[in-house]
Amino acid sequence: MFVNQFLFLAAVLFCIGVYGVIARKNAVLMLMSIELILNSVNINLLTFAMRNGSTDGHTFALYIIAVAAAEVGVGLGLVLLVYRNKKTISVDELSEMRG
Amino acid sequence: MQTLNIFAAQWVAPTIDYFGLAPELVLAGGLCLVLMLDLFIDERKKWMLTAITSFTLLAAMVPVLMLALSETEVRTMFDGRYVVDNFSLVMKAVFLLAGYVVVLLSSSHIEEGEYWRGEYWFLLLTSLLGMLMMASSRDLVSIFVALEFLSIPAYMLAAWRKRDPKSNEAGVKYFLLGVFASAVMLYGMSLMYGVANSTLLTEIGAKITATGEFSAVHALAVVFVVVGFAFKVSAVPFHTWAPDTYEGAPTPVTAFLSVASKAAGFVALVVLLYTAFPLAQDIWQPFIWVLSALTMTIGNVLALKQHNIVRMIAYSSISQGGFVLMPLAVAGLAGSGTTALRSVVLYMIVYAATNLGVFAIILAVANKTRSGEISSYGGLFSYAPTLGVLMTLFLASLAGIPPLGGWIAKFVAFQSLIQSQSTWGYALAFVGAVNSVVAFGYYGNVMREIWMRPVPDSDTTLISVPGSLKLALVITAGATLVFGILPGVGLQFADLAEIAGAIIR
Repeated sequence: MFVNQFLFLAAVLFCIGVYGVIARKNAVLMLMSIELILNSVNINLLTFAMRNGSTDGHTFALYIIAVAAAEVGVGLGLVLLVYRNKKTISVDELSEMRG
Repeated sequence: MQTLNIFAAQWVAPTIDYFGLAPELVLAGGLCLVLMLDLFIDERKKWMLTAITSFTLLAAMVPVLMLALSETEVRTMFDGRYVVDNFSLVMKAVFLLAGYVVVLLSSSHIEEGEYWRGEYWFLLLTSLLGMLMMASSRDLVSIFVALEFLSIPAYMLAAWRKRDPKSNEAGVKYFLLGVFASAVMLYGMSLMYGVANSTLLTEIGAKITATGEFSAVHALAVVFVVVGFAFKVSAVPFHTWAPDTYEGAPTPVTAFLSVASKAAGFVALVVLLYTAFPLAQDIWQPFIWVLSALTMTIGNVLALKQHNIVRMIAYSSISQGGFVLMPLAVAGLAGSGTTALRSVVLYMIVYAATNLGVFAIILAVANKTRSGEISSYGGLFSYAPTLGVLMTLFLASLAGIPPLGGWIAKFVAFQSLIQSQSTWGYALAFVGAVNSVVAFGYYGNVMREIWMRPVPDSDTTLISVPGSLKLALVITAGATLVFGILPGVGLQFADLAEIAGAIIR
């Protein structure tokens, strides 16, 4: 089994995702970066489940997929709300409150 | 595929203990009822939804009390993945009562400005259901699902006033940082599953014990999971969402987030530390030590320079979170596990009562002044003496002045640090002591406004306090006083709270 390669792929995806969340200022791109992290988690879980021969990882991954869908639904709704009120989705311009 | 088939052949339906699940079932039934009724009833009868929500919360208290009195100490379901023990029952009671007080705070507030009531109650109940599940979850999967269950409705509640840019901003900031933190936490959980080959917390605990050595993967897994919950309890440096979200969200929602949501984060953190990695304390003890010291100090320093009362309370609640974390920094040392657990539970109970009281006063005063500035509290005592005295009481309790609830909570937290008899414990107790003094700076500032300053614009029209707020004030002020004057009451609940299957040293 190429366990290490899968884990390495997941680690790379995780790092790209974290970089994306920190560096990007566009709310939708930040959401996409978070999805990358969640997918890296799924790859990790499935790799470990295959290696160890247990089903817990498969179950966990299914739950993550379902919950991630719900999260994106709420997230895009919130972004839409901001766009309607402010005509921008840049996180930098969300600065009503300071201090 | 082979393994999957084998597991499929072995599968038997789990037995479900419906009595143990009764509080969750009552809440689930209530929230479905609220959602369906909201569709069908007339706009003028929407007040019924408020009543149904509060009845649901009180009705869910009944099975919690019956479970607490029943002879079976610990009920486990699904191979120990869902456990009803004394710790979870105490926390469930705290969540339900805090939820009830939040309903009292909300009922007059959310009617302003044409917002939709039904969904508000539905989201509130859903979030509370997630918290109840969190208290019983003893498995990575169910902890994750419970966390999202309580967070996703909370993101929507923060953005409740959808035409107000401040509320939008509060929701988006909370959402982006919250989802990011839970993604990082999940990465930690996936590594933990890889190490232990199980998602059951007790098995993870046993696997990490077996070798006695920790590799980088263990450390990464533990730290990432703790970071996920450090966000939820707004520990510095993962607190950046808290002040903006607390200020922008509707005030009752802020009360809910700063009390119930924070307590839920602590519940999960405590369960993980005590059952999943009790023997990895070399990894998490220093980490929590740093988090706690930073949280207390930075929360306090930033609170000192605030002019808006809600924002000041936001920073104050960040620094209170540091005090809750304080005993956990020594929880892995021999002999201090039990006292640390007791102190965390007591602090959460007392903090919930006191902080909800502060928010009840903020809502009552904002009814008249329509302002969030601390200066708008000037001369409050001269025209609304009851509110002035109660606000002083709550702030003094937060500052830890005897004989109020906050005092005994702080006392027990310091006691557990001193009892650990370690340099780390003494050092953190010192940091905590300095911070308790600093904290009086901003609590005292509000008290000075209330008692000594003139009324702004000499506007001394009386404040009309709605009945629901009065009831909330009676409950919270009563609890704050009782916990302080009779410390045994709070300590009794804290002593009851034992986590089944925890390895306590």
